[in-house]
Amino acid sequence: MFDDTKPATKLVEVNNLKMHFPIHSGLFRRHTGDVKAVDGVSFDIYQGETLGLVGESGCGKSTCGRAVLRLYDITDGSIVVDGDAIGDVRQKDLRTKRPTMQMVFQDPQASLNPRMTVQAIIQEPLDEHTNLTKAEKREKVLALMDQVGLNRKFSGRYPHAFSGGQRQRIGIARALALNPKFIVCDEPIAALDVSIQAQVVNLLEDLQREYGLTYLFISHDLSMVRHIATRVAVMYLGKIVELAPREELYAEPLHPYTKALLSAVPEPDPDLHDTMERTILTGDVPSPSNPPKGCNFCTRCPAVMDVCKQIEPEYREVMPGRFVACHHYNDVTTTAEQTAASEASDRQSLRNGA
Amino acid sequence: MPDGAQPVLDVRELKTVFKIRGGEVHAVNDVSFDLKPGELLGVVGESGSGKSVTMMSLLGLLPSPPADVRGGTVTFDGQDLLKVDAETLRMTRGGKIGFVFQDPMTSLNPVYNVGMQIMEPLRKHMGMTKKQAAVRAKELLELVGIPDADQRLKDYPHQFSGGMRQRVMIAIALACDPKVLIADEPTTALDVTIQAQILELMKELQERLGMAVIWITHDLGVVAGIADRVVVMYGGQIVEQAPTRELFKNPQHPYTRALLKTVPRVSGGREDRLEIIEGQPPILAASPTACPFRDRCDVAIDRCAHENPQRYDVGNNHDAACFYDARTGAPRDV
Repeated sequence: MFDDTKPATKLVEVNNLKMHFPIHSGLFRRHTGDVKAVDGVSFDIYQGETLGLVGESGCGKSTCGRAVLRLYDITDGSIVVDGDAIGDVRQKDLRTKRPTMQMVFQDPQASLNPRMTVQAIIQEPLDEHTNLTKAEKREKVLALMDQVGLNRKFSGRYPHAFSGGQRQRIGIARALALNPKFIVCDEPIAALDVSIQAQVVNLLEDLQREYGLTYLFISHDLSMVRHIATRVAVMYLGKIVELAPREELYAEPLHPYTKALLSAVPEPDPDLHDTMERTILTGDVPSPSNPPKGCNFCTRCPAVMDVCKQIEPEYREVMPGRFVACHHYNDVTTTAEQTAASEASDRQSLRNGA
Repeated sequence: MPDGAQPVLDVRELKTVFKIRGGEVHAVNDVSFDLKPGELLGVVGESGSGKSVTMMSLLGLLPSPPADVRGGTVTFDGQDLLKVDAETLRMTRGGKIGFVFQDPMTSLNPVYNVGMQIMEPLRKHMGMTKKQAAVRAKELLELVGIPDADQRLKDYPHQFSGGMRQRVMIAIALACDPKVLIADEPTTALDVTIQAQILELMKELQERLGMAVIWITHDLGVVAGIADRVVVMYGGQIVEQAPTRELFKNPQHPYTRALLKTVPRVSGGREDRLEIIEGQPPILAASPTACPFRDRCDVAIDRCAHENPQRYDVGNNHDAACFYDARTGAPRDV
């Protein structure tokens, strides 16, 4: 959508984000390990763009999205949203920041209170964060319902009276209520039927265009992400393995996991199924509490080398705007040099971006 | 698959109604299809289109009340499954007709190890001894590609990953060499890379064992990859039926055409804006007297509101339930 004029200001900067959940076991519930759901993730989101975050279930993409909004107290790393560092701010002090960043949840059934009317649901953020009068709030809610394509007449109804697609619209209206700049959409269409998915995606795109919103769009649906995202990050077992602009990623994926993931998507075209070469991955994703040594993907990688089982590959920019964590794209031998190189390229990209 | 061969399963005008408080839901309306030996039939539709209920009704798997199979015939093995006694039906289910459900976690019993669960149909339907069944269970696990079969038989469902659990379900369904395997969204709960593994396995098993398969899915991509023939369902009816290639090259029903356009792809050209199908699927409160798709259709005519179209033959073993003829671009002259 923003192909012609690349937006340059970073709205969200995430650096080395870690979210570990402790495992307690034994009689005394001692801390015996960690589920490393998100384990050192770095990315930026530019103003007005949509960053797609894809990966299989359990890879940490939803946890990452929630951690960026500080719905969790993060283990490590820094998060900057709209100029403010929010990584280590206390939850209490985050309240003033909340209106800027909102979230649309996956399951509209579970994320809407069944005992509240649509009016009350959409109005709740206004009650919490604004000093509007009752009449003003009511007017604002009705305006929001118009914006997301809900009939004003239904404002007094309860969520059960709506279909899945309409419920998701209620969730979107609630997220929009405080005029946010940044919205995390966590699998917003996964629970919807195919014919309804496109309606919701088009709505999200319209709203983005109208209000200059910035999205982090989390999904396992690679074809929908290709449609909506400006850039795409691929996650595997708590780490980003590849991040690239949309066209480049889908035309020429670099990381072996991205390649396998793309080739596994069944396309609605029988001819393509006969001609295309498929990479079928063997085995399952390892447990995030006990990731393999070296590269996280080394247990399933079709192009695995000896070095992959020993040293973790550096996540670095191998071409302008294209980040990948794979030894196949590492010519540099020592880790020190790698770090230096990636830092240099980071600076380079900063200069290019500015 | 040989054309004109005697179908293994022949369903005619099946009708299922659910009684709910204050009314009825007509979930399946006059659904007719057949399944030829060795064929893989894809059944595509959104949730609520009646695809699962159709398959459950023909095996008597729906609790009654609320479900009521009001009419139709299901011919399998020279018998009408809707009329046979409970014992015959029980021997058919799990014996001659295998069933794989969507969610392997809820359909496997968590308190028995998988060995027991694979051996159960073998002992009940095939009259095997415990020893014979154990040998066969191990073969089955190997058949569906689970390593260390000997050890894994003693494991419980929670010790398997989602993909492995679905393989166990397939092993159970295949235990008694069924003639027909009905798979209800078997890969929907799985990740794409695991789905690819299961699809590959299924294609291979079907070729090796020569059974007929009904594969229910909402994913047109999955159907394109594995089905020989496709049935598209909407609002409790079959709206289109065709061999897979024919359907994707030459979709006739407006719903199928809209569905193919609304799904984005990972390869080829990228649309700047997605085509949408306006509106919602119908509520099936009464027996339909009109086309269920008319409110969302871009070629609807007056007739669609008064009459439910029958399935018109359009050649190449292809039919569509629509008054509008996509070949001529005009309403049918019938």
